[in-house]
Amino acid sequence: MAETSTWRNKVGLGEMLRGGVIMDVTNAEQAKIAEDAGAVSVMALERVPADIRAEGGVARMADLTIIEEIMDTVTIPVMAKARIGHFAEAQVLQAIGVDFIDESEVLTPADEQFHIDKHPFDVPFVCGCTNLAEALRRIGEGAAMIRTKGEAGSGNIVEATRHMRNVMTGIKRLAGLRDDELMTEAKNIGAPYELVKEVAHSGGLPVPNFSAGGIATPADAALMMQLGAESVFVGSGIFKAEDPQARALAIVHATTYYEDPVEVAKACRGLEGAAMPGIDVRTLEDSERLATRGW
Amino acid sequence: MSYRIGVLSVQGDFAEHVVAINDLDEADAAPVKTKKAIATCDALIIPGGESTTIGKLCERFGLDEAISKLHFAGKPIWGTCAGLILLAKDIVDSQQWRLGYMDIEIKRNAFGRQVDSFETDLAIKGIEGGQARAVLIRAPCVTKVEDNVEVLATFRDKIVMVRQDHLLGTTFHPELTEDRRVQQYFLDMVKATENRTGSD
Repeated sequence: MAETSTWRNKVGLGEMLRGGVIMDVTNAEQAKIAEDAGAVSVMALERVPADIRAEGGVARMADLTIIEEIMDTVTIPVMAKARIGHFAEAQVLQAIGVDFIDESEVLTPADEQFHIDKHPFDVPFVCGCTNLAEALRRIGEGAAMIRTKGEAGSGNIVEATRHMRNVMTGIKRLAGLRDDELMTEAKNIGAPYELVKEVAHSGGLPVPNFSAGGIATPADAALMMQLGAESVFVGSGIFKAEDPQARALAIVHATTYYEDPVEVAKACRGLEGAAMPGIDVRTLEDSERLATRGW
Repeated sequence: MSYRIGVLSVQGDFAEHVVAINDLDEADAAPVKTKKAIATCDALIIPGGESTTIGKLCERFGLDEAISKLHFAGKPIWGTCAGLILLAKDIVDSQQWRLGYMDIEIKRNAFGRQVDSFETDLAIKGIEGGQARAVLIRAPCVTKVEDNVEVLATFRDKIVMVRQDHLLGTTFHPELTEDRRVQQYFLDMVKATENRTGSD
């Protein structure tokens, strides 16, 4: 008897994407550039986060025609974003056969109280987090992969490092607690007890832990990998740069050999065009910060 | 003595393979991603991941040279999923870069997209007990084999495990279950090779 879409199948796909770069793309041509550069997956979008930020308005699930064109063009897994809490968008994305759904704060939330119950879906979900408790709440709802939120479309790595350090420090803290302290800790941080216990005992997250939100250079990718990310999502960082092809190759290079500064230096040196323009996130109003979306 | 088993770690689920192999006595697994590290191995595992990505990285960083030295020295190589795609001589409808050591034709995503990924109990020739749980993720299947290739498992008439001399291939992921019998099978291949060549 074959059993489809088991938890192992869902988490397993995330594990297959380790050590890789997942690139945001808005059309088939970009998807091909990403695949040719060695991306492990592409995120199909209508607008990259930097444009969403600049243009404003409501950001929704991408046009299905775009997603399907991308699915027809590349052989690597294709991800797509649904709005937080918009389970009908997620149902549609599953129906057309995307390989991973990102319930993403980059889009305008559809529900300001509840996230999608991700367990009943066959397709795996990835969700953003700013700290360990938020990660465990999403895993509790059925997310099979976690990524830092960072600050999407900012070209600024500061929030991604903050979120990754929060997650890693949170794990270390749990691992140092006695079993009789875990229930109160679960209550205090607002995370499911069973998952708190699992993390305390294993010393790691039960699903892959990736990074997103502000990676713009090869060194940014190497930084996040050294801080504990198992792969990186690059949103606006590639196709908002001057030479997307060279940048994509360089970020893949730096992610593969992240622990070897000589290799990361080679990756940086190959770049002639400028990185995407960045934003000092301290100048952003709270309402302009995407990372505050999600609960 | 302990056999040094490298797990190609440029991309994919190499960490799971390292843990699984290190559960065995007599095996010492480590992630390898440089020519130098690959050259020191008694055997190599090419893990699951994205075959286009792993292939491009092997080509770009010249790792294929080190891997082919192992291959031509008769050192066992085991490819799982993406790893097996890279070992195959022919890939249906694809010109992607490959190592191409095994006389097989393979079809990518043969069971569908991610929502069609599944697990099942699989009859496997040559492992103790003969049956194991198999996890398939966007899995390929082997569509043609030459006479020198032994078919070790099939699922609904699709070939999912093969062996050709010192080369082993699974389209499923033994590293994602607790069962270590397929790892033991591979380790036995490594031991047999070492005994034959008489090296230490």
